[in-house]
Amino acid sequence: MLYREAGDFKTTYTDDNQTFPIKADRVGYYVIMAVAFGVIPFLINDYWASAVLLPFLIYGIAAIGLNILVGYTGQLSLGTGGFMAVGAYATYKLMTAFPDLNMFFVVILAGLITAVVGVLFGLPSLRIKGFYLAVATLAAQFFLVWLFNRVPWFYNYSASGQISAPERTIFGQAVTGAESLPAVAYLFCLVFLVGSAWLARNLTRGSTGRKWMAIRDMDIAAEIIGVDPLRAKLTAFAVSSFFVGISGALFFSVYLGAVEVGEVFGINKSFLVLFMIIIGGLGSIFGSFAGAAFLVLLPVFLKNVLVGTMGWPTDLAAHLEFMIVGALIITFLIVEPHGLAQLWRVTKEKLRLWPFPH
Amino acid sequence: MPEQFYWGLEAAFNGLMTGVLYALVALGFVLIYKASGIFNYAQGVMALFAAMTLVGIMEGQVPFSHLINATFGTEVHHFGWHLPAVLGILLTVGVMILFAWVVQKVVFKHLIGQEPIILFMATIGLAYFMEGLGDLMWGSDIKTLKVGLPQGTNMWLDETTYRLFGYGFFINNLDIVATVIAIALVAALVMFSQYTKQGRAMRAVADDHQAALSVGINLNFIWVLVWSLAGFVALVAGVMWGASSGVQFSLSLIALKALPVLMLGGFTSIPGAIVGGLIIGVGEKLFEFIVGPMVGGATENWFAYVLALIFLVFRPQGLFGDKIIERV
Repeated sequence: MLYREAGDFKTTYTDDNQTFPIKADRVGYYVIMAVAFGVIPFLINDYWASAVLLPFLIYGIAAIGLNILVGYTGQLSLGTGGFMAVGAYATYKLMTAFPDLNMFFVVILAGLITAVVGVLFGLPSLRIKGFYLAVATLAAQFFLVWLFNRVPWFYNYSASGQISAPERTIFGQAVTGAESLPAVAYLFCLVFLVGSAWLARNLTRGSTGRKWMAIRDMDIAAEIIGVDPLRAKLTAFAVSSFFVGISGALFFSVYLGAVEVGEVFGINKSFLVLFMIIIGGLGSIFGSFAGAAFLVLLPVFLKNVLVGTMGWPTDLAAHLEFMIVGALIITFLIVEPHGLAQLWRVTKEKLRLWPFPH
Repeated sequence: MPEQFYWGLEAAFNGLMTGVLYALVALGFVLIYKASGIFNYAQGVMALFAAMTLVGIMEGQVPFSHLINATFGTEVHHFGWHLPAVLGILLTVGVMILFAWVVQKVVFKHLIGQEPIILFMATIGLAYFMEGLGDLMWGSDIKTLKVGLPQGTNMWLDETTYRLFGYGFFINNLDIVATVIAIALVAALVMFSQYTKQGRAMRAVADDHQAALSVGINLNFIWVLVWSLAGFVALVAGVMWGASSGVQFSLSLIALKALPVLMLGGFTSIPGAIVGGLIIGVGEKLFEFIVGPMVGGATENWFAYVLALIFLVFRPQGLFGDKIIERV
C-alpha cells in the first residue's frame, strides 16, 4: 500500500523522468546514501573494511563497467583482469611520476588511460562477434599481464617486479600506503562507486545506452535503423574500460597497496567479475551491486561457517567454495537467467500490487 | 648448415608435438559444439578431472578422504590396491560416461533453447564446479601419472640425425607416442562418425536439431554420447599432458590455449582443430625462439591469442569454419 505511484503527482517533465519514480524508492535511496556516508565511516574497523566493504565497493565499480559491455552492449569480454591491471599500473606510474598530483585525479586519469587501451582492444569487435570476440579479449588479458610482467619500465625497474603504492593524502588524510585509515579508504572508494553508478545509470537510460542495447539485441537491425555500430561499440568499450580501470586503480592503490600482476589480475579475476554480473543480473546497475555483494560475502560467509564453526581445514573450504560458486552459476542460469536483479524486480512488482494481487 | 637453423627446426618439431596436444583438447570442443551448439569451456577441466580420477583409481585412493577425515576424525587414505593401467582407464571411461549423463540430466536438459552465450557461461560454472569437485575428491597436490608411456629423449632419433646432419635432434619419446595416439584417435572418430549408425545420427543432430528429432533420433541420447566422447578425448589429452608434466591445476589452462586453436581452425571443423593446433604449437615455439629473447621471453603466454585475434580480423569464421551468414 505504501509502495506505489498513486498520489505522487508529477507536475514537470524532470519529475516524470527521474531515476526513481516511486517515492518509497527515493526515500530508500536517500536513507542508504545517508547510512553509507554518515554512519558506516564511524563504525568501520580494519576487518570489515578489508574483508567486506572495500572489496565490495571496488568490485562494484568493475561489475558496473563489465555490465555495460556485456549486459548492455552484448560484447562478451574475458579481459577484465587485464584492464584492471592497466588501471593499476597507470596509477602507479602517475603516482610516482607526479607525486603532487591529487590522488582523485590520478585515479580518474588512470581510468581514462584504461579507456584508451580498451578502445584499442575493442577495435576487433567490429569484425568479430560472439564467442570469437570473447576469445579475442583473452588476447588482451594475457598480453597485458605479460607486458606488465616483462617490461621493467612499468614497475620502475624495482627488483621484486612488484608495484607498491606510496603514501598519498587527500584533505590531509592518507588514502594510500600503510598509514591510511579504513574509514578514509572506504569513503574514497565510496565516492567513486556512487559516481560510477550515477554516470552509468544516466548513460544507459539516455540515447547512448539505447544505442548499446540496440546493438546487443541485433546489431544488423540496429545498423539499418541508423545506429553507428563503430561508435556504439567503441563507446561501450571506452566507458566500460574506464570503470574497470578505476576499479583496478583503487584495487591496487587503496585496497592492496602492493601488487604482483600475474597473481592479482590474472584470468580468474576476469571470471570473478563476469560471475558477479551473471549472478547479479546482466543489463542492470542494481544487479552489478547485488552480484558484487554476493560474491564478496559468500567466501567470507563460507569461511566463517566451515572453518570457524565446523573446524574444517581451509583448503577443503576453498575447494567447496569453488563447487558452490560453480553450482550457483548453473542454478542461476537455469532458474533465473536474469539474476538477482530480476528477483528484485519481481518483488517490487508484487509489492506494488499488494494487497490486491490482481 | 648453421646451428641456428637446426635449433629452429628442433623448436618447430617440439611445437608440432605440443600442437598435437592442443589439437586433442580442441577436438573435444568441436565434438560438443557441432552436436549441441554448446561451447564447452569445461573441456580443459574435464581433462584434469579425468587424469585425476585415473591416478586416484590406479593408486586406490579413497575419494573425498580428506573430507571424511576432517568430518569424522578418521584416518582413511587408501584402499591399498594398485590397479593396472588398462583397468584404471576403463574405469575412468566409465566415470566420464556417468559424468556426461549427469551433466546432461542436471544441467543442459534445462537449458535447451537458451542463447549460446548463456550455455557458454553455464559451462564456465561447470568448470568451476568440477575443479572444486576434483580437488575435494582426490586432493589438490601434484600427482605423477604412470601408465607405462615411454619417457625421455629418443636416442635412436638423436643418433640417426647426428649421423646424417651432424646435429642430433632432441625429441621426447612421449611426444612421438602422443602424436601416434592422437592420429589413431582422430581416425577412429572419423570412422565412427562416417560409418556407424550412431555416428550418422550424431552428424544429423549437428546439421539440424529439429529435423533430426523428426526422423526419430533421440536427442538426449546423442548428447550424452557426445559428452561421453568428449570426456574420452579429454581423458586421452589428460593422460598425455599429465604424463609429461604431472597432473596439476595448470592442466586445465590448456583449455584456454585450445580456444585460439579453435578460432584459427573454425569451431565446426575437425580437420580445422588439428591444423589449428599444429599452427599454434609450431608458431608459438618458433616465435619464442626467434622473437622471445628480444622481448624478455615467455611469449607463449599470449602469442596464440594475439595470432588468433589478428587472423580473425581478416577471416572471422576461421580457416575451415562454415561461412557466417547473418540475416535480420
